[in-house]
Amino acid sequence: MSGFLAKLQAWFAPIMAWLEPWLPFIFTALTTLAILLIMVIVAAYMIWLERRLLGLWQDRYGPNRVGPFGLGQVVADMLKIFFKEDWVPSFVDKPTFIIAPVIAMSMMMLGFAVIPLSPTLGVADLNIGVLFFLAIAGLSVYAVMLGGWSSNSKYALLGGIRSTAQTISYEVFMGLALMGVVMQAGSFSLRDIVNAQAGMWNVIPQFLAFLAWVPAALAVTHRTPFDLPEAESELVQGYHTEYSGMKFGMFMVSEYVGIVMVSGLTTTLFFGGWHGPGAEQYPILGLVWFCAKTFLFMCSYILVRAALPRPRYDQIMAAGWKFCLPLTLVNLLLTAAVVLWNSGV
Amino acid sequence: MMPTIIEICFYAAAAVAVLSTFLVVTGKNPVHALLYLVVSLFAVAMIFFTLGAPFAGALEIIVYAGAIMVLFVFVVMMLNLGEAVVQQEKLWLTPRAWIGPALLSSVLLGLLLYVLVPSDLHMAGATTISPKQVGIVLYGPYLLAVELASMLLLGALVAAYHLGKHE
Repeated sequence: MSGFLAKLQAWFAPIMAWLEPWLPFIFTALTTLAILLIMVIVAAYMIWLERRLLGLWQDRYGPNRVGPFGLGQVVADMLKIFFKEDWVPSFVDKPTFIIAPVIAMSMMMLGFAVIPLSPTLGVADLNIGVLFFLAIAGLSVYAVMLGGWSSNSKYALLGGIRSTAQTISYEVFMGLALMGVVMQAGSFSLRDIVNAQAGMWNVIPQFLAFLAWVPAALAVTHRTPFDLPEAESELVQGYHTEYSGMKFGMFMVSEYVGIVMVSGLTTTLFFGGWHGPGAEQYPILGLVWFCAKTFLFMCSYILVRAALPRPRYDQIMAAGWKFCLPLTLVNLLLTAAVVLWNSGV
Repeated sequence: MMPTIIEICFYAAAAVAVLSTFLVVTGKNPVHALLYLVVSLFAVAMIFFTLGAPFAGALEIIVYAGAIMVLFVFVVMMLNLGEAVVQQEKLWLTPRAWIGPALLSSVLLGLLLYVLVPSDLHMAGATTISPKQVGIVLYGPYLLAVELASMLLLGALVAAYHLGKHE
């Protein structure tokens, strides 16, 4: 047996030697791929989780027929949507119609790249991590806007217009809310922000920022109560009225990818990321803590959808500009004062 | 001399920027033209990244591609320009219409080349400027300019509020 192992080792040795300089690249590429894949699968299973939890809260079962606990429902739905006719209506603007769902999906997936999962795990460690997320959030508007415009239908267009106005408004104070966090950590890098929360989670000193972040995070993912772009009681299905098949599927899954991404960000920015009891000794426990916290926020998204009605459009805009914006400005002033006081200037 | 990866990135981004900007000018459909402008802004952001200014690159995407261009596309969407505009654009883009702008921009191109010839310029990817350095410079030597710009923006904000007020 040991002879065979030695032979195997001798056979692999030149390959390993040749691969040696490339190993870091290969390792990074593999972890990146694994994290992205796991995130998309988690996002797909969130559809099942949402339907089951909504069922639980509404005193019914939800999908429980396919596989144990209905876990196979996602696979069945995926298969169905893959084999549906991918129909492009004749009246649409074809190039933009096709590219819109691609933008939706890829932007939300890219956002996950800057989130550190554990002390050692993470895709990219940018020194402008927070700005990268804001850029991604800003660009994801194009998906909804182009989807709405290219469909050449009034409901889709109205959905696109609503979404654009909503996202632009909420982006402003989302950025301002995050600046408080950045100020406290003294860095745009999400890893530094997590490290700065070793003593106390940001949710306590940055509570005002957190108050503004919660509606902004809901607005970025277009979830209830901020799902006006696709308010089905007045706009049919909003910006994806004319979509079918896999293109609709991409819009649908991108919403859930967005939830996973924004939940991960909430954990990172306000709830200490991987920090938790025992995470210092055992780095693997850090990953467990991160996943547990993120899962909690994903569930809270569903709870919000189950509990809250959809407000009027002007109410959403008023809440953004008249409540959240002043709140973040006050928070910025307070944080700046505290930071200056602590540095003894 | 082999070009480094960062230099290849720089020239690729520059080529994309020139091509997409050209397509903005020749585009017949207003929304498509604007989307090419967004691509051009991405390419410029990429150039900032390769030159070692990630902060400027990120702001380019957030402010220009993510906010200003969104408003442009938004307005063009609301105008509901249809097939008629595409026809009109086709009529307008005659060879004669190219002469004036081409002459003027070739003068500018000449000036640009003249400025670029003395080559004591920075290499692509030589240094990286962190957001902190940008902040220190902005609130140090350029403090007055920052304050003036913020006054101007405040004035614009008040004016916009006044115009939007319903009596």
